[in-house]
Amino acid sequence: MSRSPGTGAAILATLSHARYVISGNPVTAFAFMLLGLLLFCAVFGPWIVPFDPLASDTAATLKAPSLRHWFGTDALGRDVFSRVVAATRLDLAIAVFSVALVFAFGGLAGIAAGFFGGWTDRIVGRIADTIMAFPLFVLAMGIVAALGNTVTNIVIATAIINFPLYARVARTEASVRREAGFVMAARLSGNSELRIALTSILPNILPIMMVQMSLTMGYAILNAAGLSFIGLGVRPPMPEWGIMVAEGAGSIISGEWWLALFPGLALMLAVFCFNLIGDGLRDIVDPQRRT
Amino acid sequence: MLKILIGRILTTIPALIGVVVVSFLLTRVLPGDTAAYFAGPAATPQAIEEVRKKLGLDRPLPEQFASYVRDLSHGNLGQSLTTGQPVLSDIKARLPASAELTLFGLVLSLLIAVPLGIVAAVRQGSMIDHACRAIVTAGVSLPVFFTGLLLVYVFYFILQISPAPLGRLDVFASAPAEITGFYLLDSLLARDGATFRASFSQLLLPGVTLAIFALAPIARITRASMLSVLSMDFVRTARASGLSRRKVIMTYAFRNALLPVVTTLGMVFSFLLGANVLVEKVFAWPGIGSYAVEALIASDFAPVQGFVLAMAILYIVLNLLIDLSYRLIDPRMRASS
Amino acid sequence: MDRRKFIKTAGAAAAVSATGVSAPAIVTSAMAQSRAETLLIVSESGPNNLDIHGVGTNVPGYEVSWNCYDRLISHEMKTGENGAPYYDREKFKPELAEDMNVGANSVTFKLRKDATFHDGAPVTARDVKWSLDRAVSVGGFPTFQMKAGSLEKPEQFVVVDDHTVRIDFLRPDKLTIPDLAVIVPCVINSELVKKNATAQDPWGLEYTKQNTAGSGAYKVTKWTPGTEVVFERNEAWKCGKMPAIPRIIWRMVPSAGNRRALLERGDADISYDLPNKDFVELKSNPKLSIISTPYSNGVQYLGMNVKKPPFDNPKVRQAVAYALPYQKIMDAALYGLSKPLFGASAAATTQPSWPQAHKYNVDLAKARALLAEAGLADGFETTLSFDLGFAGVNEPVCVLIQESLAQIGIKTTINKVPGANWRTELNKKEMPLFTNVFSGWLDYPEYFFFWCYDGQNSVFNTMSYQNPEMDKLIASARSSAAAGNKAAYDKSVEGFVDLAYTDMPRIPLFQPYVNVAMQKNITGYQYWFHRRLDYRALVKA
Repeated sequence: MSRSPGTGAAILATLSHARYVISGNPVTAFAFMLLGLLLFCAVFGPWIVPFDPLASDTAATLKAPSLRHWFGTDALGRDVFSRVVAATRLDLAIAVFSVALVFAFGGLAGIAAGFFGGWTDRIVGRIADTIMAFPLFVLAMGIVAALGNTVTNIVIATAIINFPLYARVARTEASVRREAGFVMAARLSGNSELRIALTSILPNILPIMMVQMSLTMGYAILNAAGLSFIGLGVRPPMPEWGIMVAEGAGSIISGEWWLALFPGLALMLAVFCFNLIGDGLRDIVDPQRRT
Repeated sequence: MLKILIGRILTTIPALIGVVVVSFLLTRVLPGDTAAYFAGPAATPQAIEEVRKKLGLDRPLPEQFASYVRDLSHGNLGQSLTTGQPVLSDIKARLPASAELTLFGLVLSLLIAVPLGIVAAVRQGSMIDHACRAIVTAGVSLPVFFTGLLLVYVFYFILQISPAPLGRLDVFASAPAEITGFYLLDSLLARDGATFRASFSQLLLPGVTLAIFALAPIARITRASMLSVLSMDFVRTARASGLSRRKVIMTYAFRNALLPVVTTLGMVFSFLLGANVLVEKVFAWPGIGSYAVEALIASDFAPVQGFVLAMAILYIVLNLLIDLSYRLIDPRMRASS
Repeated sequence: MDRRKFIKTAGAAAAVSATGVSAPAIVTSAMAQSRAETLLIVSESGPNNLDIHGVGTNVPGYEVSWNCYDRLISHEMKTGENGAPYYDREKFKPELAEDMNVGANSVTFKLRKDATFHDGAPVTARDVKWSLDRAVSVGGFPTFQMKAGSLEKPEQFVVVDDHTVRIDFLRPDKLTIPDLAVIVPCVINSELVKKNATAQDPWGLEYTKQNTAGSGAYKVTKWTPGTEVVFERNEAWKCGKMPAIPRIIWRMVPSAGNRRALLERGDADISYDLPNKDFVELKSNPKLSIISTPYSNGVQYLGMNVKKPPFDNPKVRQAVAYALPYQKIMDAALYGLSKPLFGASAAATTQPSWPQAHKYNVDLAKARALLAEAGLADGFETTLSFDLGFAGVNEPVCVLIQESLAQIGIKTTINKVPGANWRTELNKKEMPLFTNVFSGWLDYPEYFFFWCYDGQNSVFNTMSYQNPEMDKLIASARSSAAAGNKAAYDKSVEGFVDLAYTDMPRIPLFQPYVNVAMQKNITGYQYWFHRRLDYRALVKA
């Protein structure tokens, strides 16, 4: 299971392995292309959109998709295409920050639990158990409702409900490596336990955590969309996929399908992309699974 | 065995205490003022203070918590403001609806996802494998409320083959005599074919919505688990000894691959209960998920706490059951106990 | 509740079918018949209490009370502006009373002798007194509403004999009689409720929360909170023409899209709970009829906290009034389904009525000039709050206002307040800028102004506006109304409307419509001041 900490050669090997996996796996290759597109939209979105995503135009409300408005316009006459593209940044930010937050807390707590064992393990385990026993979406709702519906609080809520997942994965991986050769070596050369945990264990389980992170990125976006659906999303007029889908969903029956469909597709593609990349990364990181 | 069971139950107690404390604290910081709600739309600040005193909401938190726990120990979960009923009776009346929907969705999902996972594993790396992966991942990538509304639009509004999304039964049909609270079972027990069909057709769309969402985790774990089993020596031996491919896969590999699938089911179930909240809202399903959402939006403490507690207990019981079934499936575990 | 009984009958039905008697064909024809005799209402939320006197009863609960209880008097119908039946503010008709005699210091009612409660007990003067005593004593909303008509003390309600009740006036008040025709002073079966009262609950609120103990045209036979309410007609009803529909099922359907689909598919009979956009689009559906009526005495407005800078400066408030996108709001947020309250012509004279349009319209140059005069040429930043419970209208309204105010340098952050918290926030009176609706059951200008602009600073005076001149005008309108002095009354009303539009502590945006969509075979919809459905008049062909 455990590999020695990466040297230059190992990194090269991993890269070439990655190229091999991607070339043999069209779906993963597709996912990486999608990721590129999403990142492009997130970075350059506000500059490439044809219309101001916030500008209303009450003379052109609820127009069906056309050459002028590729994805149509919404109830206030705002260009849906511009809003979908501009929303990429916010949605990716929610996903990235919540995942970074949970990685920082959940991942480290899990490593501590797995590596040190004893009471650290017990406390982290209890916290994870308690959170797991909650209906997670309702917990997220409760947190956002209690703290107020801002982007920061949505990020915090998403991070909290993912805590058990990260803590558990990190704990398992860390405890497996606790007595591994390279850890013993580090210990013998006089490193403190904390230092070993951070410099030997952490980089070693990073790849596995990356898989987890990619998978939860998608989940974080879905979670934010769900919160929007029940009215706990980000503040208007900020464009966000979840809110756009939630608001547009009511108009499907009256025929304005484009209001929900395009942001829905964008949302789906993003989640889809993160999920596929997660799968793909697993193949790269964990070659045993591929036999 | 019994000792292990008791041990397992004991380990869940800290989590339960945690749930009670956290849900209490969380609902206290919810915005919205119960006293202002009770005092009515035209109350003066002074009148609101009086109501606050009457409801005991002016007392320090620890005191409020103590009385909450005292009520809990008497089985009193408090009263809902939005429905005006005791929370316990609300939950009792609504739990079967949610449970029936979730289990239905789960079973539906299993029926599709497990074969998909097996096929994907057996034909690893083929186009079928990639297609399976793409399909199930697409399913989990859609927000459930979106899938639900889309299904209603297509099957109820356009094609007109689904009944109106009005909850568990048609408005003019009466519910079967209550035995389990699951309409499908109850109508079967009463041998009432019409009601069975009616409730089944109501259950179908929300069930499918949930099932689509649950495909991915089940298919993924089935595939992974099958892959690891297929590479094991005993499978190679079975193959080498000339057993049919079908027999090798189904009898040898699948039985051994089942274990991780069962373990994941617990997780998927709680995952579905979360998704359920939104599906119930779309389909006007009278379950506890929609109940909790309404309550949370209305800052109605008691139902939220009651719901969270009920879900936590359900989750813990479910995990216990899975633990036990684990032992039944895997003889090694039995031996070690 | 009849839940147990219901389960029993359901059990019996199941037992019958278990013996193999039932055939699908029979079930279907029975269902078709019951469908013809049943009205299916769909709405977003349902009652939390069947009694309007209850603690924290929500608005859907008012509808139950209106249809299941009788009052002494009610209103006649007239034809409204839109051609549909509209309650007549000026004309009263007897309901439980058969005669009303208004004197200088009291009013006397003679009760119908044949009226009975749902359990068969006769309705007596003692029931009336007990019910009115209850309304002025239980506190909360019912007591507040009674007070609005100077009905405050149990001593005011006197039993003269078994079928005669006298109500003594505390002071001359034009609103006393109208206040006896609102939902709150309903007549309750006092003996039945007293039997179910306890020491902690002397008025039996717990019992009436779950049971309808009235004499009204309908009674609730099954109530599943959050899911449905089933009403059956009271076949012994004496207080009016026997209602046409024997059974009403009121279902809660949280998703607006689904409510619309149910109507369009013909599965639901009636709904008044849809987004404006849907109502506008459903107007072209030949299978449905839509009736839109402006809220009586109701205004949605943009309020400003006048106690705090910068909105303590009338110039800033006027600048805002010149920078609001009124027409855009009408078009894009309301789909035209509201009465405009802006842009009256410069020559228009103020009318002694309410609501009426003000003379402001979009004029950004003027707005900027006013801001500059106030020393805020560079604008300022503030927060614009709205009630999430009504996000369908409020959100687009606020987004449009935000966009428009940005043009004169006022930068706003939009704050969505969850519905449960909205009243608390209003009570605090700290929000600088917000949109809200107020509408009064009693359709009189001085009533609206007494609650919304008077210096007593009630909850509804959300701007904390206090101006002695305004108070004087409101007081004089009230006193001249009670004295019947029309000329003085008109002058005072015109005076306070003018003052409200000069000082502009709140800017009226529009007068909302209450919309009802129903199948073509449903007729008889009436507009009432409470804006809920009156089942008694509805007919299903």
